[in-house]
Amino acid sequence: MAQAIPLRISQLIKPQACLEDIFLDILVRVFAFIPIGALSFVLFMIIQKGAGTITWQFLTQSPLDGMTHGGIFPCIFGTLAITLLMILMALPLGVAAAIYLVEFAGQGLFFRVTRAAVNNLAGVPSIVFGLFGVGFFILFIGRNLDKVIQTGLLFGQPCMLWAAATLAVLVLPVIIVSTEEALNTVPQSQRSASLALGATKWQTIWNVVLPQARGGILTGAILSISRGAGETAPILFTGCAYFLPRLPVVKLWGVVPMINPFDQFMELSYHIFIMATQSLDAVKTLPIQYGTTLVLIALTFLLNLTAVLFRIHFRKQMGTAGVQ
Amino acid sequence: MDHSLTQKTGNFSEWLIEKLLFLAGVSSILIISLIFVFLFKEAIQFFRTGTPMDLIGKWVYDPWEGKTVFKMMWQSVSEVPKYSLIPLFCGSFLVAFPATVISAVLGIGCAIYLAEIASPKVREGLKPTLELLAGIPSVVTGFVMLAVIATFFQNLFNTKFRLNAFVGAVGVSLAVLPIMITIAEDAMRAVPKELRDASCALGATKWQTIWRTVLPTAVSGISAGVILGFGRALGETMIVLMATGNAALVTGNVFSSVRTMTANIAAELGSVAQGSEHYYALFLVGAVLFTFTFVLNLFSEIVLTRMRQKLRM
Repeated sequence: MAQAIPLRISQLIKPQACLEDIFLDILVRVFAFIPIGALSFVLFMIIQKGAGTITWQFLTQSPLDGMTHGGIFPCIFGTLAITLLMILMALPLGVAAAIYLVEFAGQGLFFRVTRAAVNNLAGVPSIVFGLFGVGFFILFIGRNLDKVIQTGLLFGQPCMLWAAATLAVLVLPVIIVSTEEALNTVPQSQRSASLALGATKWQTIWNVVLPQARGGILTGAILSISRGAGETAPILFTGCAYFLPRLPVVKLWGVVPMINPFDQFMELSYHIFIMATQSLDAVKTLPIQYGTTLVLIALTFLLNLTAVLFRIHFRKQMGTAGVQ
Repeated sequence: MDHSLTQKTGNFSEWLIEKLLFLAGVSSILIISLIFVFLFKEAIQFFRTGTPMDLIGKWVYDPWEGKTVFKMMWQSVSEVPKYSLIPLFCGSFLVAFPATVISAVLGIGCAIYLAEIASPKVREGLKPTLELLAGIPSVVTGFVMLAVIATFFQNLFNTKFRLNAFVGAVGVSLAVLPIMITIAEDAMRAVPKELRDASCALGATKWQTIWRTVLPTAVSGISAGVILGFGRALGETMIVLMATGNAALVTGNVFSSVRTMTANIAAELGSVAQGSEHYYALFLVGAVLFTFTFVLNLFSEIVLTRMRQKLRM
């Protein structure tokens, strides 16, 4: 019945606005401006003070003279290496979990318990992930692996492998939720059509559902890379180094360079933290701090912007596909 | 459509794939349980040497006053180590509570604008901005608070400590704001259009409708968002570690330096011997923190589910 009325009643009746209404109207507009203002302020501040530091040397050199001069190349390398390892661990697990939840689990108790677990995991404080990384990955799994396969002290110490694993656990909810959302946008009728043509359930998922959900899954992956690159607390005790003169790289068979997951590493966000709070001369190194912050925020901001634009594009595409 | 009609039987690889996917599906339940087990496994060992009373305070001899006094302090490196949680609770609360208040006021106002007033175009522009704000790494917010805002606030309020709970709270409120706005806006948009129409038909202005119809209907969803925001504020680490001054004091003053539970773990775990009383005490703090946030999350989850069910009917 409601659809028969062409205009909403609230649009037909326009009572005279009183002073109080005008005041509230202005107030919420000011409130709505605050997130934009805060974002612009942070970006402006860091670009203004950090841009002067960014030179080719700054991006390609190691820190020098007790970290008061030189560049941040090891930090950039460490950040890229650890997020790569993290996404290699988290993406297959998260996507598989989301496929199970959407395609197999139904709407029963299992689904609701998992849903609650994912939401709760997203709300666990990041420092608790750090404690978990130490207690579970390093001391439990690592030390016991060392005992079982007699490797001395290889697994049972803070290193990039466990830092990446800790971050992978942290970004898992991001990947699961965005993959689920992507899978749910694929129309049910297409699954039915595929099954009716004689495809098995897995063939349907692999050939029909997943290709269409690719965009959404990619968005989730980008978002989680950006999240992982920006987190500091989980890696404080699981592998970050204050200063490391060499890159965490190992030569396979003496030739092929590869990221060494058993090495410690320097990292951008950790570098900002220690330079700002524990540096020998926090005032003198201020340009380095701003420069490092600019590099980190440029990295995460560009990743987030890509994800946001990608999602808008992807939603529009799905929207028009629905109309046809 | 009934898919059981077309289902194949006896295909081993299909069966294997489903079982593998199931393993991935239970991973998040498994991980949250493992976090529970491993935090509490380490935390409980504190009581091999300490007593529950130690977590509140300790009677120690004070040479200055010449008598034994009851001290509520977190002082891990000392002749008599003291592991009272009270100063940490004070710190966490003094940061999380103002942060929640600030972000709730701003967030609900912003959500009203987005849900009730803004045109679709403005909303499409604002929502990605919120996502970008949420994407600022907390260490960057912490750094900006530490390097720029702290001095500004000290001059403004003329405070004794440059780094204090209030500076931390403002930083944390920025981090919590996006999630608060998102949940509050969702709650308001879930309010049926018919209710607004009815209110307007009775002659109410737009703001009368918002105050008396939309907000009361959406109140459960909004409060779930505030609870969730409080949980996030309690768990925020890097901002408070960098901007609150890290002095474990028992105080009720927001302009005093404080040390939160999260900052306490982050500051001390790096330099502690594994298996010592201090090490277990830090895990105990982590377990307490985890319990707090877990309960808050679960509570807001239940409220949100209830609200969705009610509005669907």
